[in-house]
Parts: sequence; structure tokens; C-alpha cells
Amino acid sequence: MSAAPSRSRVTGWHRRIARLVLGAAAVFWAVATFTFCVQTLLPGDRAELILNVKAGTFTQPTAAELAQINARYGFDAPLAVQYGRFLGGLVRGDLGTSYQTQGPVRAIIAEQAAPTLLTLSALALAWAIALLLTVPSAGRDGSLARLVSGFQVAAAVAPPYWIGTILLVVLGVKLRLLRVESGTGPAGLVMPAFALAIPLSGFIGQVIREEFARVLDQPFVTSARMRGMSDLAVRVRLVLRHAVLPGVTLSGWALGALFSGAAIIETVFARPGIGGLLVMATSARDVPLVTGIILAAAGLYILANLLVDLAYPIIDPRLRAR
Amino acid sequence: MTLATDILRRPEAVPRPRRPGMRRPADLVRGLPGGVLVAGALIALYLVMAAAPALLQTHPPFRTDLAATLRPPSLDHLFGTDQSGRDLFSRVVEGTRDSLAIGVGATSLSLTLALLLGVTAGLAGGALDRAIGRFLEVMFAFPNLFLALLLITVFEATPVTLIAAVGIGTAPGYARMVRGQFLAVKGAGYVEAARALGHSRLRILRRHILPNAMRPLVAMITLGVGQSIVWASSLAFLGLGVAPPSPEWGALLDAGRNYVTRAWWLEVMPGLAIIVFALSVTVVGRHVQDRLDGRAGTP
Repeated sequence: MSAAPSRSRVTGWHRRIARLVLGAAAVFWAVATFTFCVQTLLPGDRAELILNVKAGTFTQPTAAELAQINARYGFDAPLAVQYGRFLGGLVRGDLGTSYQTQGPVRAIIAEQAAPTLLTLSALALAWAIALLLTVPSAGRDGSLARLVSGFQVAAAVAPPYWIGTILLVVLGVKLRLLRVESGTGPAGLVMPAFALAIPLSGFIGQVIREEFARVLDQPFVTSARMRGMSDLAVRVRLVLRHAVLPGVTLSGWALGALFSGAAIIETVFARPGIGGLLVMATSARDVPLVTGIILAAAGLYILANLLVDLAYPIIDPRLRAR
Repeated sequence: MTLATDILRRPEAVPRPRRPGMRRPADLVRGLPGGVLVAGALIALYLVMAAAPALLQTHPPFRTDLAATLRPPSLDHLFGTDQSGRDLFSRVVEGTRDSLAIGVGATSLSLTLALLLGVTAGLAGGALDRAIGRFLEVMFAFPNLFLALLLITVFEATPVTLIAAVGIGTAPGYARMVRGQFLAVKGAGYVEAARALGHSRLRILRRHILPNAMRPLVAMITLGVGQSIVWASSLAFLGLGVAPPSPEWGALLDAGRNYVTRAWWLEVMPGLAIIVFALSVTVVGRHVQDRLDGRAGTP
């Protein structure tokens, strides 16, 4: 009697995972198709653009030059064939060839592993700040709690590049606590990570705070208090687990925002990275490099959200019943 | 990926039906919390700066003075001077109009797109709703800035591209909110009651669903303008914004970047102008949102 329902629950759970993975794959395919359309349908002739980007000039190339480029990049093939080649390349991990360097886009992106490190450390730091500020103060009405919540509202609207600049000036130039040009090592990660983490901690903190206050009023919390559980234990061991769920959802979304923020922050701290690369590729109109970077970021974003969806039933066992 | 969004939408979010009759303006101001009053006053100040910059400017914003370059903030130069000796405060005031125009333009575009998608999905339901939901998921996978940069790569950087880039980049988030709002209102008890009373579908749509589903729009507009200005300034900060002579806030930030170690005010002050504005509209927008959700205490 107990075996049958549990087995059906397991297969239901597997089916849910399969559905989530397929959904993520479908979204990635759509993103890839969109970037392909942008590459092929953009105004102006691509062969002309490549020649101009390579030469750094804006001249009208001859028909022979154009034909050579068209043949080399396969632009003379029908669109359907080009699309097939593009998707085939994606499956093999080939993102095309940069107009500027003529090298494979994948190799150029692979050199920039550091920004991923920056985004992940910023995400972890944002959670740490948000939890430290929110867990003791949520659901209270004292002046300190109000101050903390006001700080979180203000932090959430502050642009990361501005916070980065302030940190740079105060810590780096005035106090000389941290070296401004710390390079790519772990020391150089501290200020950019904080600059990205502070606004995000404001967002996460506000979302957790709202949910935290709601859960604090639940009957099971009151009953735990009556059993003599201390306030801190109630907050950390009972309420937090409920309150982090919206924050986890937000983190999946935040990864996209962090990629954007990291690109800007790298410019502030003059760090080499995907952001500088992207901005350079944008101003040079190096379309394959821009789309390659976007595809890589979108892929990571989709993967992160897939993990968030898979993590829900682990955080909240009630969701397994669905 | 649908579960992730459903978690955030709690049943309490179902808005209460609109109360009949408007309060008089005087009553609206009297019960406001202090923070909202300050934020409202600041927004009014920004509007004055945009409408009549000359009223507040202490110096001509484009006059260079090579005897007073890179001066720190003082009583004469409230925000200091830049590398050409131009008064930064007057330049920030001068840039208000362009900055607000970019923010308002991007928000209008973003909300128009969001309403088109969100209302269609919310009203049609079924296959169309699912298709739009999928489309929004795909749009979400592009980091905002990257989508903006893609547009700038394809169409070259002009103020119009900048507005379009920010507007399109922020639209999916609002579209999702509008759609969720429609679904919440469609399932609300008063809509069911109207249906049970035998009202026509058009009447229910016009009298009950649309007014209630559109209510968060006020809050979305205020929050959106602040966010759009921050986004547009980020693009300008990267050197992809409006052409140099305009002292738009993002352009001021971009120009000050090379002097940041010697003249912090060139970076801090325009940033402060952006943050104070974004914060003010956020505070007002949230207050409006809370009032409409019936969460804040009525005076």
C-alpha cells in the first residue's frame, strides 16, 4: 500500500525535472535563434562591415573583395543553410569568428573566466549582507530597524558603478586601505564585488524582509515561542527557511543583472574582463563577438534559473507534492 | 521556470475593488508620512530644474574658466568645477531635462510594450498566453545591458537608440507584472460576483477588470522612470550615451571618469543627482503602490 504512491511520486518528480530541463533547452534555442536573426538581418552588408572593421576605415570595397569574404564566411549560402550551420556550431560549442581578431569567439570568451568569479562572489556577498541586516531587524519597528530598512531601499536604487567609484575614492585614494590597481588577483576582487553586492543586497534584503515579517506572524512561530524557543533561534531556525524562498527566486533573476553590473564595474576599476570586451566589441560593431558573449551569458542565466527551480523542493519539501 | 514566478505571487496580492469617490487634494497631503513629503518636494525641485534651469543655476553651465579648473565644492561652486572650469552644479541642473526626457521616454516605450504583451496575455489566456509567457522568458535570458548593447551594435549609438535600448530592455519585467495583475483580478471574487449577476463580458472587462488591473500602473511609472534613468546613465557611463556637449547626468559621469582620482566630485555629484531622484520616485511610487494595495493605514 505504501509502495505504489511513493513510486508514482518519484516518477512524477522525474517528469517534472525532465520538463524543466526541456523548457530551459527550448528557451536557449529561442535565444540562439534570436541572435542569429540579429546577425543576418541587421542593416548593411556583413561582408562590407567585416572589411571595414578589419581595415578600420569606411570605404566602399570592390565586388571581388566582397565575394571573397562572402565565400569565406559562408554568407553566400541560403539563410536556412546558414542557420543549420550556426546551430550545428552551437552544439559543438563553436560560437563563430570575430570580425576584429579573426579568431574563434569561444577562445576569446574562454580567456575571461574572472568575471564569472566576480558575479558569483558578488552574489554570495549580497546574500551575506542581506541576511546579516535582515534576520535581526525584520518585523521590528525600532529606529535601528527603520534605519536598516531605509538603507536597503536606498542601496537598491544606487547604481553599482557609482558605489564602485565611491569605494575607489574613499578606500583606494583617500585612505589607501586597498590598492586601486590590484590587478586580477583576489585582492582586486574585493572592491568590485562589494560595489556589485551592495545594491543587490538591498533588493534581496527587502524581499526577504517582507516575507520574514509575514512568517513571524504565523501560528507555528507563536507556538515555538511558547515552547520557550529564543527569539534568535526562532528567526534563524524556523522563519529564515520560509523567508529565503523569494530571495532565491530573485537570485536567479539577479544573475542577469549582475552580468550587466559586472560589465560596468570592470570599466570603473579598469579590470580586464567580459564587460570591457563587450563594450569594445559593441563600439567596433563586432557582431559575432557581441552575440557570442550574449549567448554565453544567457546560457549561464538559463542554467542558474533551472538550478533555482530544481532547488525549490529541496528548500521547501511541501512543493514536492505538486 | 514557471514555478519561480508563481512563488512570488501570493494570494494577498489580489487588489481590493476601487473605492467610490476621490479624496480632496488637501486630505491627500495631510496624512502623508514625512519621507513621502520630502520625496515629493524633491521631485518638484527636479521638475523645476528641468523646466526652468536658469532659476537655479549659479553660473552659466557652458562657460569655461581656465583659472578655476577642478576646484572642489565650495560656496561659490556648490558641486565644484570640471577640468575646463565649468560649474558642475549648473551643469547638473542643465542636464536634468535631457536625463528626465530619456527616463520618461524609455519608460513610456517600456510600459507600452509591457501593456501590449501583458494585457493580450492576461485577457486572451490559453495558447496565446503561453506563447507570450515563453517569449518573455526568452527576453529575460538576455541581461538588460547586453540587450541594450546589442541594439547599439546593430543601430549605432544615438539618443533614440539609447531610449529604445533601455525601454526594450526593461519591458519584459513590467509585462510579467501586468500579466500577473490581470490574472489576479480575473480570479477575484468581485469579478465572479459580477459574472454571477449576469453582466456582459464587455461590461465586466470595462468596469471591473481594466480599472483594477491598471491600478499598479501609477506606481510602475514612477518606479520605472527612476530605474530607466539609472540604466541610461550606465550606458552613458560606458561612453555609449548622448553626444558630449549635452551635460546629461550619465554623460557627466562619463566625462568625470578620467579625473576621478584627482576630482572625486565630478563623479560623486552627478551620481548623487541620479540616486536622489531615483530614491524620491521610488519612495513616492511605493507609497502609491501600498495605498492602492490597501496595505498602508488610511489616515
